[in-house]
Amino acid sequence: MSRMPSFIRQHLAGLRVLIVLTVITGVAYPLLVFGIAQVGFHHQANGSMVSYQGKVAGSSLLCQEFTGAKGNPLPQYFQPRPSNAVNPDSKTGYGCDPGFSGASNLGPNNAELTKTIKQRRAEVATFNGVTPASVPPDAVTASGSGLDPDISPQYAYLQVNRVARARHAGPAAIRALVSHHITGRAIGFLGEPGVDVLTLNIALNQKFPAGR
Amino acid sequence: MSPALAGWLQVGLLLVALGVCWRPLGDYIARVVTSASHWRAERGLYRVMGVDPAADQQWGAYLRSMLAFSAISVLFLYGMLRLQHYLLLSLGMPDVPPALAWNTAASFTTNTNWQNYSGESTLGYLVQMSGLAVQNFLSAAVGIAVAVALVRGFIRSRTGTLGNFWVDLTRVTIRVLLPLAIIGGLVLAAGGVVDNFTSPHTISTLTGGHQAMVGGPVASQEVIKEMGNNGGGFFNANSAHPFENPSPFTNLFEIFLILVIPFALTRTFGAMVKDKRQGYALLAIMAILWLASVAGVTFFEAQHAGQAAQAAHAAMEGKEVRFGIPGSSLFAASTTVTSTGAVNSFHDSFTPFGGGIVLFNMMMGEVVPGGVGAGLYGILILAIITVFVGGLMVGRTPEYIGKKIRPAEMKYAALYILTTPAIVLFFAALSIALSGPRASILNPGPHGLTEIMYAFTSMANNNGSAFAGLTTATTWYNTTGGIAMLLGRFAPQIFALALAGSLARQQAVPASAGTMPTHRLLFVGMVIGVILIIVGLTFFPALALGPFAEGLH
Repeated sequence: MSRMPSFIRQHLAGLRVLIVLTVITGVAYPLLVFGIAQVGFHHQANGSMVSYQGKVAGSSLLCQEFTGAKGNPLPQYFQPRPSNAVNPDSKTGYGCDPGFSGASNLGPNNAELTKTIKQRRAEVATFNGVTPASVPPDAVTASGSGLDPDISPQYAYLQVNRVARARHAGPAAIRALVSHHITGRAIGFLGEPGVDVLTLNIALNQKFPAGR
Repeated sequence: MSPALAGWLQVGLLLVALGVCWRPLGDYIARVVTSASHWRAERGLYRVMGVDPAADQQWGAYLRSMLAFSAISVLFLYGMLRLQHYLLLSLGMPDVPPALAWNTAASFTTNTNWQNYSGESTLGYLVQMSGLAVQNFLSAAVGIAVAVALVRGFIRSRTGTLGNFWVDLTRVTIRVLLPLAIIGGLVLAAGGVVDNFTSPHTISTLTGGHQAMVGGPVASQEVIKEMGNNGGGFFNANSAHPFENPSPFTNLFEIFLILVIPFALTRTFGAMVKDKRQGYALLAIMAILWLASVAGVTFFEAQHAGQAAQAAHAAMEGKEVRFGIPGSSLFAASTTVTSTGAVNSFHDSFTPFGGGIVLFNMMMGEVVPGGVGAGLYGILILAIITVFVGGLMVGRTPEYIGKKIRPAEMKYAALYILTTPAIVLFFAALSIALSGPRASILNPGPHGLTEIMYAFTSMANNNGSAFAGLTTATTWYNTTGGIAMLLGRFAPQIFALALAGSLARQQAVPASAGTMPTHRLLFVGMVIGVILIIVGLTFFPALALGPFAEGLH
């Protein structure tokens, strides 16, 4: 050992140290956290999945598309934000694909983005029968993850009348359901208020099944 | 409550949490790296590793051990990536191609975590957990080791020795990072970060459609990714992904993790040099510049300048509803003043000046509070340059922490300061000049220049965040990026250790009436001035053509 050049000795020591520390931080540690998390926080550790009629319907942390066969938004469901999480190989162009999380990365002065935003504003306004100026920012911008499960309370309220019409329900009842599903700021000041679209739509299916 | 008030209360809570942890954690790290006794378990590890924990290394030996370990780490990770197909839990992912494997191995070993791949479609669980996440721990520990060695240069005299690299590496990993990671990982898991080994599968959605469902040992990797200032996301969307950062609470907790060790190391410094006031002074420098950049980014994002942001009525492109403008801006400022580079919103879509500030944050050289360890040795070099400037003004030999700053020390400090900007400007200029790399730009106009400047600033400063519109998954960016990251990490570390060796050989000089006090407000102001002037002189032309040209248009 001592006859070996110190250059090689250093690197051999490095390799042994790396292997030992890999076993500790790369095998034992993650397995420990995994084990405790699976026992103590089973629901969260497995993706905070939610069910409808006894069947898993998705994760309350990930957005879903509520669109028809041709990709058009279904009026009887609350719609999520625009999404860039799209499988480039798929023909549908659906967003909210957790296999392809990501953002548009278009800049604040990008002409293409400006055009897209204006187009979305017009579409959302027409679809919901409201004025373009009343459409909130989150309805016309894509999130960073492409998987944003939330919309702003403003965007949720804006969709109430359209959903009520499609479900043959009273707007007041739908509005009350939305209010019930608003998550306020945690401990009063952390983050921004939002509405989880998937859990809201599940509640909608349960309480106002007409038009499903 | 208005978003602005809620945002500032959020910063206030973060300050309280950091303040509570600063002293105990800083003192604890100081005890860990100065304690003379080894744990029984550590002795066993040293035997298996085949290293002699009693050996006190000269700076050259310390450096060679560090470089050898890092070289082995790059090779080991490169091998894992290239042979992924044969490993357990590969999820059927193919081997990572050579240029990308090189870039990724360099990236994680240098604490950069620049990612030219998308985690969910490129890597299996074993490579993430036993390859990448291991470097999340070890590159952070290497940073702290080098910082501690530099501090030893100040407190030791008439000796060339700086301690034992293997002991520092092992102790910081086992006694500091590992216990904190276990606690933090469980907090994140409780908060909704996934942690499982379920293979990707398809589920039926509420409307009867199909959705891919992803998983992985995320919580255990997420915590060290933030706390070690690494920043490499398990998923492509990084901390914007709801499985990595599901709620406003986890968001603030992750920001806390990003900042807690870099700030606490100023206390470690004060404790080690037995003058707590010196630690307070460095803390003040860091806290002032960090808070200024939080305020700046938040202000400009709330203003939402830019045609697209104006059309949307808010700068919400690339941001999540649950974090909003304040939570996204706080994260962006904190991840770029440290060398973390994790993102919870996409910087390329930030407003011209909001994005400009996060770029500026990295240009400051990751010192306020900077990367774990890297921030401390960086700010110490800047303190040395500041006492040198002060010495020039009054015509005395400058001193810092009882050591004279002679020509030899100044040469190392100057080399340290010049290296990273040289790497940034060299590679950015080449990438602009060559048509192939230039074609990677996504956004036209000045914003495109900012994308390239951002990329090399991020890589050379070992940050790892991106103006991600730039297509960097090319042979050019993979290769040059790998070189920039390695040079940007190890050249400054070589100069820092050489400086430490030079300082340790000196006899300590007692403070006299002519010694410039380095714990007062005047010194804090001077260091801030030196930082801003150095960045300004180096990068102003590039900033003028990028963010300024776009923002003032």
